[in-house]
Amino acid sequence: MSDAPFAPRATAHATVSGRPTATRHLWRAVAYLALVVLAMAMLFPFAWMVATSLTSDAQLFVTPPQLIPSPMEPDNYGRVANLFPLGRFLANSLFVAAISTTLQVTTSALAAYAFSRLRFRGRDALFVVYLATLMVPMQVTIVPLFIEMRYLGLVNSYPGLLLPGIVSVFGTFLLRQAFLALPREMEEAAFIDGAGHWTVFRRIVVPLSLPAMATFAIFAFMASWNAFLWPLVVISSQDLMTLPVGLSNLQGQYSTAWNLVMAGATVSVIPILVVYVLAQRYVIRGVTLSGIKG
Amino acid sequence: MVGDSGWRRTATLMVFILPSLIPLIMFTLGPMAASAFISLLRWDLLRPARFIGLTNYANVLSDPDFRAAVMHTLVFILGYLPLVYLGGLGLALLVNQKLRGSSFFRSAFFLPVVTSWVVVALVWRWLLNPQTGVVNAALGAVGIAGPGWWTDPAWALPSIILASAWKDLGFVMVILLAGLQAIPTEYYEAGEVDGAGRWARFRHITMPLLSSSSFFVLVISLINSFQVFDQVWVMTGGGPAGASSVVVEQIVRHAFSYNQMGYASAMSWVLFAAILVVTVFQFRLQRRWVNYV
Repeated sequence: MSDAPFAPRATAHATVSGRPTATRHLWRAVAYLALVVLAMAMLFPFAWMVATSLTSDAQLFVTPPQLIPSPMEPDNYGRVANLFPLGRFLANSLFVAAISTTLQVTTSALAAYAFSRLRFRGRDALFVVYLATLMVPMQVTIVPLFIEMRYLGLVNSYPGLLLPGIVSVFGTFLLRQAFLALPREMEEAAFIDGAGHWTVFRRIVVPLSLPAMATFAIFAFMASWNAFLWPLVVISSQDLMTLPVGLSNLQGQYSTAWNLVMAGATVSVIPILVVYVLAQRYVIRGVTLSGIKG
Repeated sequence: MVGDSGWRRTATLMVFILPSLIPLIMFTLGPMAASAFISLLRWDLLRPARFIGLTNYANVLSDPDFRAAVMHTLVFILGYLPLVYLGGLGLALLVNQKLRGSSFFRSAFFLPVVTSWVVVALVWRWLLNPQTGVVNAALGAVGIAGPGWWTDPAWALPSIILASAWKDLGFVMVILLAGLQAIPTEYYEAGEVDGAGRWARFRHITMPLLSSSSFFVLVISLINSFQVFDQVWVMTGGGPAGASSVVVEQIVRHAFSYNQMGYASAMSWVLFAAILVVTVFQFRLQRRWVNYV
């Protein structure tokens, strides 16, 4: 009976559009339900990866599978590190990603300055050549690159792994856009005071473009961290492998030790997860701008 | 500027441009030109290369393995593209509702995008394990006998499609979400005043105004799916019995397992040509359905 006074209101109470609020509430509830179910579906593979990484050998193939393993077996991480130089893969990935990010940001910023501030003959034509290389898929250059590295004696070495990734045309393009958007007054004042291009670049243009450079740096880091095809082709010895190649080898050798494979996978996800959580805005912007994924 | 002589200007220019131009020539432009030339050679890196004209191209186009790989790549695209586009659109529409916590859901849906392909492929290989995987266990619990997934020639490609769509949904969502948020709310208010229902507003306001974002995401996704490789290599290795072999996997195999440098290069140019043709075709077609405001 206490509900009675409210009952007619629910239908009589109309919104601007003339729709009763009950319908709105229903839509809202359905949307929430869909979001929760979908989020669980999207996150489940990650949860399962972590759960498997903590499952003991004996419990690995029980039915029904256990979402929360008992007993917990954190030793799996130690075991996989003993069987496979996981720490080495991690260090290699970090090293390669750090170097290639630093070099890509530097070379891209320099080129972006040339294309946005320096006047020289053939500038626009050269920029078009840069952009045209964006269309060429990696697969077209991979064979000659490998042959080139063979001639240079760099197959299966850090330089061989790094060199093809020290320039980014995407980064050049992105930073050129950012530089073009900067107001020119400070630069003009600096030139009048006798500053050269190098000073203007280092003291004015770069400091004012830090958000764009951060976006690109994070993008470059993730691209290097997740790269697979070139490292797979150019590296053959275990102590030079990056995580993706090392993991795929681990899977090849211990194909049924899923708890160990998932422990390795979990370790390789953690650094990228940290970057993502700390710098989500830049990560999403970088991926969105490039259209290039992982 | 005073005292800014010609050579000084040139030196300045060199400092800015050479750090990217030299590597670009050495590791992208040079190899590209070389690739075109190598595709005309028979070359196994052991014996001297021999010029054979367009023979590699003729052989590639009549190679049954390559044709099968092209077919598998097309099947992949046909399965993956609608799935990832419609799924991503659904997620974008959901996340775009002004609901509390929607930024959390957006982050959750985007997480697979930043994860490496190798990890995603390994996790899905385990999820879809025919005997002991959790997906078949769940299907079994409701009385469905799950398929052999990546161990079954008929299910290998669908397994790869499923994992790929799961990974890329967040990417499509983010692009379409940006498009959705750019649609002025006045349009919807005007629609409501005119008595347009939810479906009518979606069909006549949202979809036309989302067409430029949709176009972008379809062009990018199509280019990327022609180059599908990492997930295939890790999930199935192109198997079982070549059932999920794709074009890039054939290139890698011919170049680095069979040492057929010329043959692999010819394949890569056929792939590049296909990507170019399809992309140009998409741009032609866009006039028919894309609205720029």
